[in-house]
Amino acid sequence: MNWTAIAAIYRFEMARFFRTLLQSFVSPVISTSLYFVVFGAAIGSRIEEVEGVSYGAFIVPGLIMLSVITQAISNASFGIYFPKFIGTIYELLSAPISFLEIVIGYVGAAATKSLFIGVVILGTAALFVDLSIAHPFAMLAFLVLTCLSFALLGFIIGIWASNFEQLQLVPLLIVTPLIFLGGSFYSISMLPPVWQTIALANPVVYLISGFRWSFYGLADVPVAVSLFAIAVFTAICLGVIWWIFRTGWRIRN
Amino acid sequence: MQAMVEIADARKTYAGGFEALKGVSLDIRKGEILALLGPNGAGKTTLISCICGLAVPTGGAIRVGGHDVVDEYRRARNLIGLVPQEVNLEPFERVWNTVRFTRGLFGRPRDDARLEDILRRLSLWDKRDAKINELSGGMKRRVLIAKALSHDPEVLFLDEPTAGVDVELRRDMWEIVAGLKAQGTTIILTTHYIEEAEAIADRIGVIARGELLLVEETAALMARMGRKELRIELSSRLDAVPAALSGFDLALEEDGWTLVYAYDRSAERTGIARLMSAMGDAGIVLRDLRTHQSSLEEIFVDLVHGERSEGAA
Repeated sequence: MNWTAIAAIYRFEMARFFRTLLQSFVSPVISTSLYFVVFGAAIGSRIEEVEGVSYGAFIVPGLIMLSVITQAISNASFGIYFPKFIGTIYELLSAPISFLEIVIGYVGAAATKSLFIGVVILGTAALFVDLSIAHPFAMLAFLVLTCLSFALLGFIIGIWASNFEQLQLVPLLIVTPLIFLGGSFYSISMLPPVWQTIALANPVVYLISGFRWSFYGLADVPVAVSLFAIAVFTAICLGVIWWIFRTGWRIRN
Repeated sequence: MQAMVEIADARKTYAGGFEALKGVSLDIRKGEILALLGPNGAGKTTLISCICGLAVPTGGAIRVGGHDVVDEYRRARNLIGLVPQEVNLEPFERVWNTVRFTRGLFGRPRDDARLEDILRRLSLWDKRDAKINELSGGMKRRVLIAKALSHDPEVLFLDEPTAGVDVELRRDMWEIVAGLKAQGTTIILTTHYIEEAEAIADRIGVIARGELLLVEETAALMARMGRKELRIELSSRLDAVPAALSGFDLALEEDGWTLVYAYDRSAERTGIARLMSAMGDAGIVLRDLRTHQSSLEEIFVDLVHGERSEGAA
């Protein structure tokens, strides 16, 4: 394993993040604050409590997931798409490194960035509501796994995309609706029975449910099912990446 | 001499069915400068891409430093530096960081003194903190070379290094290449500029339509194929080549003021002295003499066209 090369990619990607640190830091703080103003204060005043948790506190896990998932995808997809777009990918292809090392470097950096943003949002949320974390280790595990698995998905999108429009297509048309409909701002149990059944087909439901359980011990689906769902999702992403590695699809002509 | 790069029957057929390399075999010696000449789409870049890992050959075998470029890609690529044809650089990155990044990609430990030495040699040291998009086109090409040299490669591929650069910078590039050769680096460059190949290459390979037409020492190629002409300008007009000179391979130009004598420079006797004396005897007075040797460009055009007409036959 060429660890020096992995470190070089990781450092190079993180440098891009730190160059725009203000934007990386301020943007999630502002958007989280806005969500609290809109959902927490305006709507929350009418809902008050969901299953014994104040509405403001209830939406925190969903808010974190929303940002972490979108950031992991956009960072990883942009990270690998940009070298393809400007042509610097030749360096990666002609270096003595394996595809696995390239994936670890880019996905690792994207996951780190989204984890950082997740932690910033958690900190910001703590300023607005009283937070309690019932299972801190489980919370951290869910957070890290989500960052990693969606960074893997982002990497696949970045390899697949042949223009900037395609780069935005999957996050915009599929991932964002799934997150919003996945119980970020409500409990699945608040939906009519038919929609509850339909919602179970949404993989994000399992993620948010598991993550919320680690905060408040509340879950729409059993935690084991949540863990299983994220494991399956990660395995699918790894499988696709393995296939890309085997075939050189959209990388080596 | 030991072969640094061994290419045996390398083939590349793209997914669409286009056959870019039709079985190229070539040994590149350690420490030499080899120029690959060929028209656009000849397969020069494809050949380099197959050696460096940008494309996977569909047939044959390529070894660098004795290591197969597919099965032992880590060992093979460790020896290779690549300067691509396009100026592919991250616009907002700084010179120092981008060169350091490449060194890291090749698994080499951080060595600031080594990078400083490379940047100084390429006159980039003053620009080390500049962003790429602040640099001129020539400077960007130097950065590409610095990146390619950052891990001390033994073989350097330069894919059209002087395409679209001005004369001064081209001379600079030649000096850089000569300096690298002096240090023992094997250099393979592709070029459209035949003048360039003639000036700096030890050997020249000509590629057309995915096939290697020839590989030969530059000087030998020039001597073998370089016909020389003696152009004799006359002080009075002639209507035809005088009978007294019929024993010579002479042609009279249409205007009647110039006789052209074609001869083989490498032949033991060129016949020039005899011609001069015969002309004196025939009372032909000359005004001026000029010699002209066919350039590599003419040789190249002859070769490619010859191949084409053979192919068509």
